[in-house]
Formats: sequence, C-alpha cells, structure tokens
Amino acid sequence: MYHNKTLAQLSAMLQAKEVSSVELTQYFLDRIKARDGEINSFISVTAEQALAQAKAADERLAAGTAEPLTGVPFAQKDIFCTEGVRSSCGSKMLDNFISPYDATVVTKLKAVGAVMLGKTNMDEFAMGSSNETSFYGSVKNPWDLKKVPGGSSGGSAAAVAARLAPAATGTDTGGSIRQPASLCNLTGLKPTYGRISRYGMIAFASSLDQAGPMARTAEDCALLMNAMAGFDEKDSTSIEKEVPDYTTDLNKSIKGLKIGLPKEFFGEGLDPEVAKTVEAAIQQYKDMGAEVVEISLPNSGLSVPVYYVVAPAECSSNLSRMDGVRFGHRCEEPKDLEDLYKRSRGEGFGEEVKRRILIGTYALSAGYYDAYYIKAQKLRRLISDDFKKAFEQVDVIMGPTSPNVAFNMGEKSDDPVSMYLSDIYTIAVNLAGLPGMSIPAGFAHDMPVGLQVIGNYFEESHLLNVAHAYQQQTDWHERCPAGFED
Amino acid sequence: MQWEVVIGLEIHAQLMTNSKIFSGASIAYGAEPNTQACAVDLGLPGVLPVLNTEAVRMAAKFGLAIGANVSRHSVFARKNYFYPDLPKGYQISQMELPIVEAGKLEIELKDGTKKIIGVTRAHLEEDAGKSLHEDYHGMTGIDLNRAGTPLLEIVSEPDMRSAEEAVAYMRKIHSLVQYIGICDGNMAEGSFRCDANVSVRPKGQAEYGTRAELKNINSFKFVEKAINIEVERQIDLIEDGGKVVQETRLYDADKNETRSMRSKEEANDYRYFPDPDLLPVVLDDEYLQAVKDTLPELPDVKRDRFIEQYGLSSVDAGILTVSREAADYFEKVAELSAAAKLAANWMMGEVSASLNKNDLDIKDCPVSAEMLAGMLKRIEDNTISGKIAKEVFEAMWAGDGDADTVIDKKGLKQITDSSAIEALVDQVIANNPVQAAEFKAGKEQLMGFFVGQIMKASQGKANPAQVNQLLKKKLSE
Repeated sequence: MYHNKTLAQLSAMLQAKEVSSVELTQYFLDRIKARDGEINSFISVTAEQALAQAKAADERLAAGTAEPLTGVPFAQKDIFCTEGVRSSCGSKMLDNFISPYDATVVTKLKAVGAVMLGKTNMDEFAMGSSNETSFYGSVKNPWDLKKVPGGSSGGSAAAVAARLAPAATGTDTGGSIRQPASLCNLTGLKPTYGRISRYGMIAFASSLDQAGPMARTAEDCALLMNAMAGFDEKDSTSIEKEVPDYTTDLNKSIKGLKIGLPKEFFGEGLDPEVAKTVEAAIQQYKDMGAEVVEISLPNSGLSVPVYYVVAPAECSSNLSRMDGVRFGHRCEEPKDLEDLYKRSRGEGFGEEVKRRILIGTYALSAGYYDAYYIKAQKLRRLISDDFKKAFEQVDVIMGPTSPNVAFNMGEKSDDPVSMYLSDIYTIAVNLAGLPGMSIPAGFAHDMPVGLQVIGNYFEESHLLNVAHAYQQQTDWHERCPAGFED
Repeated sequence: MQWEVVIGLEIHAQLMTNSKIFSGASIAYGAEPNTQACAVDLGLPGVLPVLNTEAVRMAAKFGLAIGANVSRHSVFARKNYFYPDLPKGYQISQMELPIVEAGKLEIELKDGTKKIIGVTRAHLEEDAGKSLHEDYHGMTGIDLNRAGTPLLEIVSEPDMRSAEEAVAYMRKIHSLVQYIGICDGNMAEGSFRCDANVSVRPKGQAEYGTRAELKNINSFKFVEKAINIEVERQIDLIEDGGKVVQETRLYDADKNETRSMRSKEEANDYRYFPDPDLLPVVLDDEYLQAVKDTLPELPDVKRDRFIEQYGLSSVDAGILTVSREAADYFEKVAELSAAAKLAANWMMGEVSASLNKNDLDIKDCPVSAEMLAGMLKRIEDNTISGKIAKEVFEAMWAGDGDADTVIDKKGLKQITDSSAIEALVDQVIANNPVQAAEFKAGKEQLMGFFVGQIMKASQGKANPAQVNQLLKKKLSE
C-alpha cells in the first residue's frame, strides 16, 4: 500500500493521477490514528489543515502546475514555527504557543504544495539523543518498542520508520538528524551550515543548528532538499549560493571515489558489532570501485567537550526569551517579577534543558568565559582545520553514525555523559559546519546501524550521489520494522 | 583638601533610520503601544535579527566625524539580562569589537579655554522597550514599540574635570550628531540621553577615585546639577571619613539629589558573547571613503571659517555654528544682505529670542533668511533705523509680508530729508522753551529728552544721526 512507497514513488503516482493527494493524506492520517499510539511520534496531528492543503494540491495537480512534492504528505518536526499551529518544541514552556508566523522551511514546503500531516515529537528544545526529554513523553523505536529512537528528531525518525509518513523534516545541532536516522534505519541529511534558513526554527545553538530532510532513500532526501534549501534574507547566517537540483547527480558513477576513514572513529567506545557492520558497508563501496584510505582527525576527540561548552552557552542565551512575559508558560499568581521568572522557567523547562542552561550560564560567566567559551572556540577552529586537511586528500569521509545501536529507554537518562557520547561521531561535523548523512548500512544486535558520510562544504549533491549509489546495490534502506509492514 | 573631579560620559544617540536596527518595523515616536513591534521585536521563538545597514553607515559617519578609527571588522555581542521590556532576555550590542574606537573632540569653555576630550568608543546597539507602571491596577504594562530602535552609545574617556566641561562635551556631541544627520537630538523624546560616571580624588593623586554612575539625566541643565550634587555628596562623604562605593545612582530632578539604584554586588553579570545570529560587520576603505564624502562641513571647521570669512568673534562664530540649520540660515542672510556682522547680531538677538519665546526651531522660523536679509539691506541703506527694524521684524514674524511691504504699508520709511527733520527740531524746541533754556545754560543731559521728543514726534522714523546733529546745532544757536 501507499505507506510502503517512497516519496519519489508517491510523487509519480500523484502526477500520473493514480491517487489523489486527498486520498493519500487521508490514508496517512488514518494510519497515524491507528498506529501512533504505539510509538508516540506526533505531538500534533493537523488533519484539517492537511486535508485543505491536499485539496489545494489536487487542484494544482489538475491544473498541471504541480511540482514534484505537490500533494505529497510529510511530517514536520515541532521545532518549526507553523502559523496557526501549536509549535511546542517538545516543551511544556511552549505547550500553549500557537505560532503567528511560518518558519522559512514551512513557507518553502507550503510553496511547493507538500502536505503537512502534523508536528513530530522531539527532545525538549532539541536537547537530547533519545527523545526521552520531551514534555509529550518518550518516543518508541518502531524496531523495538523498548528502545529509544534517538534524538532529538526522534519523532520524525520513528514516524517515517513506522511508515506513518513517507518523509519528515528534522534539525541537527550535534547529530539530531543523523543519530535517529541511524537508530531507525533511515536516510538523513544534515546540510552545510547556512544552506537551509534557520528563520522560524526555534533556536537551540544558533551556530550549530541546521535543518534537513529525513526519509527512507537518498533520492527522497534530494527531493526535499530541492524545496528546503536556499538563501533567506531573514537569516543573516544563511548563505547566498545557488541551489542545484539535488536529483541531477544522483546516478553519477562513484568509481574512483576517495573515501577517508578517520582512525579516531573506529577506536575505543565503538560497539564491535556496529564496527563490523560499518566495515561491511565500506567493503561494499570498495566493491563498487571506491578507494579507501585511513586518515586522521587528531582533534576530533575534543568534539564532545567543545560542543558541551558552545551549545549550552548559546542555548542559555537563546532560551532567555522564554520568560513567561509575552508567550509560553506563565506560573500561577506570581508574587513579583523574580517569582514570575523563577517559577515560570522552573515549571516550564525540563531537567535536561535546565542542566544545559546552567552549564551555559556558567561557561559565559565573568571569570570563566576565557577558560571555557573562548577556549572552546579556539578548539572548534582546530576541529574544522582537521577536516579541511582531510578533504585535501579525500572526497568523502565515512564511519559509524553512532557508536551503538538504539539503547533501552531509561538506560542512559540518569547518565548525561554517557548520553552525550552517543553523538561522539556526529558532533564534529556540526562544529565544522560540514554536511553529513546517515544511511542504513545493516544491522547489529537486530537493530539498524547507520553509516555516516561526511562531505566538504556545499557538497550535498555529492553526498546524495554516494548514498544513492549504495542504495542501488543494497536493500537495507528498504527494511521495515516488524509489525509496521502492513 | 583640594579635590579634583573626574567625569566620563556615556551618551546614547538614537539613530534616524527609517526602521529598527534588526527588523523592518518603524521607529517613529508616539505610536499606540505595541503597534510598531513585529515578530522579531517581540522576540518570538525562532525569529532572527537582520542588520539595518543604514545604522552601520550612520555609526561610521560619526566615527569619521570625530577622527576616530572606524573598525574594518566589528562584532555584535549579546548582553544577557532579564527584564520584562527586554524581549529576548538579551540586548544585541557590541562589546569587544565596537564599530568606532579612539576619537576625540575639542570643547570650548565659557572663558574661551579649549580642551580635547577623548572618545573611547562608540558602538551600535538596540534599545529596549518601555515598562509602564501607571494605570495598570498594580500590574506592569509593556510597550515594545521602542524595542530594537538603533542606538549609538558614545563613551568618553574620563577626561572632564567639571560639570561645565561635561556639559560642553555633551552639547558638542549633541550638535555634531545633528550636523551629520544621524540623530534628531530630541531630548524630550529620549533620542539623546546621557549617563555620567563621576568620581573625585585629592588633587595631584594619579589614581582615580571610586566612581558612581549617574543614570537618566536627560537635559543639559540636569547633567550639570546632577554632577555638582554628586560631587558634593562624594566629597562630604570622604571628608566625614566615609568611602564612595561603586554603584549606579539615579538623579532625582525634583529633589535635586542622587540616590542609590543598585550596588556593584547587585550588578548583573551580562555574560557577553558574540551573537551567533549575526555576521561580523566588515567595512572596506572604499565604503569608508564613500561615507566620508557625504560628511558636511563640521562645526569646528565652520566656526573657523566664519571667523575668517565674516570677521566674527570666536564666541559669535561658535554660537552660530552650534546647529547646522542656524549656520546655514546665517550664511544665507550674510550673503544676501552683504552685512555679516549685522546678520550675526540679529541672529543672536531678535531671531534667537523670538524662536526661544515661541519654542520654535530655526527651520520653522516664520521669517526666512531671504526676508531677514531684505530687512538688513534696508537698515544698511538707511531706509529704516535699527529701532524701526525691530517693528518690521515683528511684522514679518506675524506674517505681514517681507520688509519692503511692511515698511511701505506701515509708512516706516526713515525721514532723512534734513528740512523735514529741521522742522521737527524747531517745533520741539519751540514747544519746550524751559528745557531749551536750561540746556543752553549748561544742562546737557537734556539732549536725550529732546532726541526722545523728536523721535516720538516722527513716530521713530527720523534718522537718529541727523536728529542729533541738527539738535546740537539748533540748541547752540
């Protein structure tokens, strides 16, 4: 049925009038209704708006003015402000926040006629790697309902893995697209910093945040990228650079592709079964004509500590606007201004968010700023320089997306450092601002394993090409979690 | 003990851009609360700032006008603190890398001494909104119309040694920002505001004393009063064996006192860091040259030229060049009338008095430069006397037309015909035989009496010089 089709296939069916957008949308809405109770991947299902959008899309399809994504349903991460819709960012703080405006990503997807089914669950303010910090409850991994889907885009990942939506948007500050894609057997792309507008995307760490697509195939990610990417004058950090058609290079030959394997990504902490799976995927690339060389990213070991200074520092400031004054949660009967701030924020934010605000506030404080924030910025430069050097030698860098497969719910929630380490291979990419993907590469311990592919700045087309070539030779990405086939 | 006062000023000048520094909302003053605050100004989740390049241009213009270093690379930083009228919980400002650094300004004191005051830096930042405490039944209203209004904060070196110097410096900046067209200087609307850092030290001591920051002193008069009262407080305190503590103090104009607002311990740790939502501001030489080319003739240069070109005194030239509009008005009058000194006197006399009385700005003066010049020409060619000119000026102010029309309509043309004046003189002497006899007997003070009588008889139109001359002649006959 429709839920087993890719975005590209559904698009073709719509264009061929084999199905209408209203039928398709209703089909997925019904499926969400029937199955989301098992995985809790949506915070809001916007059935009414979705059907209205679908109707408009059908008119466009009939008029012959449709684009590839016109009429295709998708799920939107609840981090994107969406006019007239609750945009909670997974937090009690914004549970009552109905956005009066659209994020640029929302505007762009509306413009091509894509149909938003609803807003997906996520770690509160995108802070987490397991989707356990959401005010709306944990999301379950469709591959094993006892396990986490990863985070922070865990709702998007679980929804697509369970075939509740053909694709979804995500955001990635330290691995929040790639890690859940890896844990849920999806293809996810975090583009170059600045490639997709951050306007209207509720900020976690401004210098790291980047939106991107999550789908089952590289081709579907390419279709979404065509709609999402581009300069936005409302975002000063978005980059004024022409947007290519990301589907053009999908079928290019990858013969002679030079793959770098950073030895630091295969060391201590990596689950041997995951390592084996990733190595097999790399062997597949060799068989397809790629050349593999070992490289070194000597400073990558600093990524986690650097990230946990920079990201909390920025978030401590970004989240200050959640003060109970103009929108969001406000405590009952505040005694005075200080009480209003303390209780509104104390009640509105969850534990992990508070932890990071405290870390960040500390790191920016007088007397500590140089030792933490400035030092971290210097190390960040060294981490970027490692990649710069590496890309003089190789075309892409590969390794595991995450050191482990999906872990049990509750397993790491009391151990933040162990939780933070699950992003050890993804964080450096955000610190450097590079594009990175995770693609399904097989299974370990009966759970999906993702292969991370990192490219040079603005080489998303190349990454998608490399991923697509692999997906032409393998069927890992087609595997569906048991119980969600029908 | 001899005390020395040390003062540094922080001036906030609101820039005259069309829209806010980081959003497209208008900055016009006086709109209904919260009608000029868009999503960005409200600090909604997800919004991002976009720099208004016009604000950058204005800041660069100021830097060039004070011979400062305009940074090729400046950076916006976040100043973090919580306040209900600060929507984002941080103010976007500049910290480590401001757009303007190391400028200077010459001030002139009443006794004519000149002094150079250093300008440490000037940086761009956004204004906060306003908290309204009245009429809300014990609650606070927030108006975010002002939030995001572009400000240039101009920070001086602690170079001033008296309230007089501080006021002279503040006036100089006030004049300059209006000259170069970046700020309207309207202090009543808060477009130009000032905080003062004040400390005292025993004369001869090298180290500075502990300073207090005086907030919210928004007129020249209050700056002077606030500084003086604070200096007095600090000296009294130290002489009584106390210590000045570093703190922020609020000046209360009604009570003419300063009082503690918050101590250093209560001060926020602002946790400045570069704003990751904004790129560094990078300016190149070509850009700066283009901005420099738009600078008008600056007040000091203009003053020197007025002294040279029009033969004015330094004081007069200084007064006439305080505002660009006044200087332009003067130059036009001087050129059209070819009577620069007379023009200067009229500008500083009748024109300025009438403007003050009616609370008008020179640009709204009902007597145009052309009209004033026309009148001065009539003084120069003896058509009217200086005294009659005042009447003509008043008529022109009232809208009765230009000088020639007024003179004609009111018959104010001066009597210069000696036979007509002679007749008047004869008549007055004949009517006052007693006084005439006394005068002849040596009571020469009566000269004024006779002049007055004749002027009265002529309705002020008789040429005073001729009257004097004829009177003397007749009375000594």
